[in-house]
Amino acid sequence: MNNSLLVVVLASGVAYGTPLLYGALGELLAERSGVLNLGVEGMMLVGAVMGFWTVQRLHADTALSLAAAVGVAALAGMAMAAIHAFLVITLRASQIVSGLALTIFAGAAGLSSYLGNDLNLADNPARHAFNAAVFPSSMQGWPIVGPIIFGQNVLVYASWVCVVGVSLYLSRTRLGLNVRAVGEAPASADAMGINVTAYRYAHTLAGGAFAGVAGATFTLAITPQWVSGITGGAGWIAIALVIFAFWRPALCLVGAYFFGALQALSPQLQARGINLGPTELWANSLPYVMTVVVLVFVSASGARRRLGAPASLGLPYVREER
Amino acid sequence: MRIERRLRQPRWLIVAVPAGSLVFAFFAAGLVLYATGHNALSSYRQIVDAAFLNSGAIGQTLTQATPLAFTGLAAAAAFRMRLFNIGAEGQLFMGAITADAAGLYLGGHGWPTALVIFAMVIAGCAGGAAWALIPGALRAFFKTNEIITSLMLNYVAAYVLTYLVFNTESYWRQTKGFNASVFPTSKTLPNDALWPSAMIHARGGIALPLGAGIAVLVAFLLWFLFTRTRFGFEAQVLGDSPRAAQYAGMRTRRKILAVMGISGAVAGLGGASQVGDFAHMLDADPNGLQKQYYGYTGIVVAALARYNPLAVVVVAFLIGALQNAGNTLQGADFPSGLVGVMQGIILFSALGGELLVRYRVRVGRTMPATEAA
Repeated sequence: MNNSLLVVVLASGVAYGTPLLYGALGELLAERSGVLNLGVEGMMLVGAVMGFWTVQRLHADTALSLAAAVGVAALAGMAMAAIHAFLVITLRASQIVSGLALTIFAGAAGLSSYLGNDLNLADNPARHAFNAAVFPSSMQGWPIVGPIIFGQNVLVYASWVCVVGVSLYLSRTRLGLNVRAVGEAPASADAMGINVTAYRYAHTLAGGAFAGVAGATFTLAITPQWVSGITGGAGWIAIALVIFAFWRPALCLVGAYFFGALQALSPQLQARGINLGPTELWANSLPYVMTVVVLVFVSASGARRRLGAPASLGLPYVREER
Repeated sequence: MRIERRLRQPRWLIVAVPAGSLVFAFFAAGLVLYATGHNALSSYRQIVDAAFLNSGAIGQTLTQATPLAFTGLAAAAAFRMRLFNIGAEGQLFMGAITADAAGLYLGGHGWPTALVIFAMVIAGCAGGAAWALIPGALRAFFKTNEIITSLMLNYVAAYVLTYLVFNTESYWRQTKGFNASVFPTSKTLPNDALWPSAMIHARGGIALPLGAGIAVLVAFLLWFLFTRTRFGFEAQVLGDSPRAAQYAGMRTRRKILAVMGISGAVAGLGGASQVGDFAHMLDADPNGLQKQYYGYTGIVVAALARYNPLAVVVVAFLIGALQNAGNTLQGADFPSGLVGVMQGIILFSALGGELLVRYRVRVGRTMPATEAA
């Protein structure tokens, strides 16, 4: 039963969906405060390369080096987000162009590739990687829930904690209420005495940290090695996910596993010899095409404004011009 | 320190700020080089040599600048209307595919060269425009965010390109001969379909590709379209204030489709020029054309040129020089990715510099009486 197509696809869908989930949660935090950051792909790649570098160069036992790697990846993502934050919050630059610039600066042809080359990371597999040995193997053998729920690595379980945390933070705390106020109506928030600039900086940086961890998920768990451009557009899918999830953390989880399962589906179909047309073409492009299709459905439903896009998303807040 | 909006933007600033950004970017990239243990000055020396001074360097710079001019123009045309078409990459691939098909077919059937080239240009435009009209139509009819859809289609286009030559015996693939049986390659264009170039006998011969000429022509056409016609004016209004445009009765959907189509056509033309001018075949290798990232770099070119088509041509030459130096020097002292880092820093500085164009930074404590605290 646990070898059936559905269970295998769902189980690896959870694994493939995890970086999407981290990336989307981070982007959601930034967007809820009113900052659109299109640099997720770049931040992810820098997180991926720096996390991998930590694991390769730090001489410590597995748990410590993995924890350090995740920390370094988060810091690297934050550092990238700081550039964007400075440009769009302090210098009031266009959020769209600045985000694109961040992806070009940090992305597959930029800083991440430079660091990967300069630190000679491409040749060896990771010295330590997250594995699925969290729960005893007898539990992992349970039908259906075994592989899907108990057969995952620590990063997956941590992402669930993050979903609950972000969700409660936004809906149940004073700070979360302030964040939403800053994203919806910064002028009113400012009048209430909320520091709009500080909130936007903090949440853009938090978004960067999440994106960094998302990148590390690739190099430390999914394919424990460094290849330039390893994320293959996951950062962009994460941005699409936030729209798909109507800016709600719990829906990000559903969407992330849906897209993750799509990514897992094609290799599984190929492995089982199920052929539906030109496999190399559709199997590879399926996740990208599906992202477009899902986005069309979400936007065509006309639900976008009612269901959560922060009203001042993408707009700089200039106190003198309110 | 206070920042106040400028009522008038001085002309000299519009040139000085991008130039200043370039200087700042080289300084900041120097810090990156220094931090990773390289000698920035000697790296810059090598860049200038490889981009301009060595024999044949200018020709190679033009080879890089030509596609960047097309993708830069494609981005400039769309971004002016705040239509963020970042799919120039995929539209260029599609233009290359269609133009190559036209060149292979017509060139092999004895058509005169001029007609074959003309047909390749049209086919390239059509291929790029068709690919761009997918996100364009989705945006126009369903209000789907064109940034993400156009980007997603880049990946799809890249897979289509690779698939045509590597995974199927398509019309584009060479199926005869020994080499073709060892490693998949694409068919070479017949001689009648090759684009000519003009030779300038200086510095060891500089070949001016036909594509570079077409790019300059397109730049003038776009400049005329956007600054001297009603169409351009309406596109500008739609970009600056969609609501005002609607009240004035401008047709939003039609304009979105037209601008995306034009943008895609220009990017596709870049693909046609890749095939006709340089590769003379469909470069489907995942490590070839797809690793040049012309589409994304075009965004850097357009933003640095402040979306002015004529300035795009000049900026494309400069960024092309950088790209050429990056390709030539790639190795231990010049890790790949450095060029992308520099381009990113250039773009960041141009964006930050924009503040100086739009606002005046005042240092001092005197507060005008009218300003409320």
